[in-house]
Amino acid sequence: MKQSASKSYDAIIVGGGHNGLVCAAYLARAGRKVLVLEKRHLVGGAAVSEEIFPGFTYSVCSYVVSLLRPWIIRDLNLVEHGYQTIPLECSFSPYPDGRSLCRWSDADETRREISRFSTRDAEIYGTYGATMARLAAFAKPIIDSPAPQPASLDPRELLQLFRLGKNLRDLPADLLEQELGLMTMSAVDFLDAWFESDQLKAPMACSGIIGTFQGVRSPGTAYVLLHHYMGEIDGAFRSWGFARGGTGGVSNAIASSAQAFGAEIRTSAGVDRMLVANGKCGGVVLDSGEEIRARTVISGVDPRLTFMGLVGSEHLPDEFVKELTRFRYRGSSGKVNLALDRLPEFACRPGSSAHLRGDIAIAPSIDYLERAYDEAKYGKFSRRPYLNVVIPSLVDSTIAPPGKHVMSCFVQYAPYDLEGGAERWPEQREAFGDTVIDTLEEYIPDLREIILHRQVLTPWDLEQEFGLTEGNIFHGELSLEQLAFLRPVSGWAHYKTPINNLWMCASGTHPGGGIMGAPGALAAKAMLKSGAL
Amino acid sequence: MPVPSPFHPRTADLCTSLAWKSWAGIFAVEHFGTCHEREYYALRHTAAMIDVTPLYKIDLTGPDAAKLLARVTSRDITKLDVGRCTYLCWCDDDGMLLDDGTVTRLDDEHFRLTAAEPYFHWFESHARGVDVELSDTSARIASLAVQGPRSREVVAAALEPEFQSALRTLPFFGALAARVRGFDCVVTRTGYTGDLGYELWTANEFALELWDAVDLAGFAHGLLPAGLSALDVSRVEAGFILAGVDYTSARDAAIPAQKSSPYEVGLGWTVELDREDFIGRSGLAKSRSNPHRRATVGLVLDWNELERLFEAEGLPPELPSTAWRGGVPVYSASGQVGRATSGVWSPTLKQNLAIGMVGRSHAKVGTKLEMEVLVEYQRLRISATVSKRPFFDPPRKRFTPKNSPSSSHSSPSGELV
Repeated sequence: MKQSASKSYDAIIVGGGHNGLVCAAYLARAGRKVLVLEKRHLVGGAAVSEEIFPGFTYSVCSYVVSLLRPWIIRDLNLVEHGYQTIPLECSFSPYPDGRSLCRWSDADETRREISRFSTRDAEIYGTYGATMARLAAFAKPIIDSPAPQPASLDPRELLQLFRLGKNLRDLPADLLEQELGLMTMSAVDFLDAWFESDQLKAPMACSGIIGTFQGVRSPGTAYVLLHHYMGEIDGAFRSWGFARGGTGGVSNAIASSAQAFGAEIRTSAGVDRMLVANGKCGGVVLDSGEEIRARTVISGVDPRLTFMGLVGSEHLPDEFVKELTRFRYRGSSGKVNLALDRLPEFACRPGSSAHLRGDIAIAPSIDYLERAYDEAKYGKFSRRPYLNVVIPSLVDSTIAPPGKHVMSCFVQYAPYDLEGGAERWPEQREAFGDTVIDTLEEYIPDLREIILHRQVLTPWDLEQEFGLTEGNIFHGELSLEQLAFLRPVSGWAHYKTPINNLWMCASGTHPGGGIMGAPGALAAKAMLKSGAL
Repeated sequence: MPVPSPFHPRTADLCTSLAWKSWAGIFAVEHFGTCHEREYYALRHTAAMIDVTPLYKIDLTGPDAAKLLARVTSRDITKLDVGRCTYLCWCDDDGMLLDDGTVTRLDDEHFRLTAAEPYFHWFESHARGVDVELSDTSARIASLAVQGPRSREVVAAALEPEFQSALRTLPFFGALAARVRGFDCVVTRTGYTGDLGYELWTANEFALELWDAVDLAGFAHGLLPAGLSALDVSRVEAGFILAGVDYTSARDAAIPAQKSSPYEVGLGWTVELDREDFIGRSGLAKSRSNPHRRATVGLVLDWNELERLFEAEGLPPELPSTAWRGGVPVYSASGQVGRATSGVWSPTLKQNLAIGMVGRSHAKVGTKLEMEVLVEYQRLRISATVSKRPFFDPPRKRFTPKNSPSSSHSSPSGELV
């Protein structure tokens, strides 16, 4: 066994995803000696840009940013390190009957668009947005601080809980009612209370199901609607953006910042297992057999991979293992990335590209979405899936040759547990890709003719290549019972683990998934505060 | 992108400044020429026509139309006579102000409401158990304001001869179903300039004919097309408040403190409380009897002080030529007591004016307050005296000749103030 004795680290971070990198940067900034180990040849995890086809850069997995905490951007000087965002201008939804709806940042124009389907919805749409933004403002402190521990008697915990309680108590009555609805209802039930037109509700309901194995009519999905209203760019809430150069641009900026603070990053350095003895973690063993020791080890991968894969359940308390096993992943989505010879044209809005500069939802009706879920429940990918499509090359010149375009399609549902087993995915991969193209072709008739290259990622690929257990993009579903003090295991929501000197810092911890950076930053702060480092 | 109004082919030809803005999502001219001044002077000295189509309109018909309007708005509309308009507001369930506008009784069972913001479904949602048909006519009816001392002659000349006499005797806040060049056109004696003026309402397809008829009729009277900049100067002079500028609709308020009762914005006189229950009534009753938090006031700013502040910097006094909007702190000796939200140098009154909201105890006419001003990048203060609104209120605004003289040079409508 090789041993690198030349260096000793305060912390090893396993996994160079954006949260691992954020954690590394904060620890390095505090003067700690930090090493990040990444299995792949480049950092970023699921926030990664790769030139899969010459001249075309794909945001291979995640594709838009908004939730990255503004204080992290400031603390880590990310702009100096190349972090740039370009706003999504609108949300476009085509329908099979040849009609379409585009929601713009211009309120009057949006009202006109919506009034083609319902004048009532058009009148109330602005109020809905304002109400959600107000609710999100109340919820925001939750994602910017460690999860409260309701069972704890620690005065600091109680104070934190009291603050959140006060926050909730201060909600005006009308908002409290909405808040309770969000916590318990389905996305569709919640939206039904506001709107009447299916064409408006369907694309809106989608933000309630992204990344979960739930349907738009499943209770609890309303909460995720709010999660999407917490995004902010340049102080403007609810706005989403593209990272210049693809979402890898975010990871690269964080990595560059971490290195500037003194962190060391090694790629193509997969961790085989953690060195655990007597309930303590002392380092890691790489796939190469190399052993690296450190005062602490921090897992930047999801809880299942951390504990079942790298630690080994024999080192863990029974109750912890039981809860870990219950923690739901159930990846439900895939990704299709396309290199296009020219800008695609939607048959329902020819001759213009203004409506393509934001995100495009293929979600023509609530029933369409629910039917897509029905198929997934029984182990099939949706024959007509929900698609969230973006064409970032329209607003970012760095990712495709002039006149050519990159099209990113988020696809749901693609159940990890395919009929016959998840390992059947590789043989279904191209059929899955075809389904996506078939679906899009109903709106872009000549799409097939302009495809230069296609990359298809199934939940199986997300697991095998990116280490996302069961292909879940959030390191575990974002449902109420898996959030805050329950994420990932009750009693272990503060980034600590039952193994001494082993910590967690990724999306499987509070406040959860998305390119938010909060878990990584909050974990680093918790470690520094506790004196573990 | 805004969309064109039915008058757009005419306004676009005339708008050589290319100074457009979006009003409720519709292209609206700020000023047709290099600056708004001649349009403003036309408003005050001859006449001007302004495309006000972006106002939201709701038509209500049926035996219970008055009942519904009485239920939702601040006024007992059942008492409004046919051929009359009234100014009013409507509130949320707590009696907090949503919007203000006018209602015209076109017929026994036909009313038209105007609003600054879309409220069609707000009215519709309260139309349970009443026999009313509501129709959102915002996109179907073109509206043209003709305002100024010569507007009576201009509008009269634009109408078919048989309606001209009725127009000349149309009282303040009266409405007349008339005809122009063979099409129907409702004329109301209303406006947003605080002057003699009319608003003309017709179906979109007749909009260009209406424009041309008014334009032709106005030629002899010095009529000019005017944009929103000129309108805004005159509306501050008139002391009118503007939703979204001088108050926040309860629908848009992010925090309770941003909401206002009608009493706080000076619309208490439009609230008729002592009648059958209506939306927001109990909240309004509380607002009326309890000392409410704030009051909307007119402020006249001290010119000499301002001039001295500029003088201290070696500068002549300088003011924006257009009306301003914003939130400028207003102080009493004890500290900040409110804010000014609109203001303008009045070329007619030769006074520096503002409209603002202050604590109720500071709202008495004559109260001396201070307002912040910016002089050569320094935040300073000048005296601001609470004064009555409207600032500008010429007798011709309300005056109506008894008979119908063909020319009114001797009537008060020819006087300036």
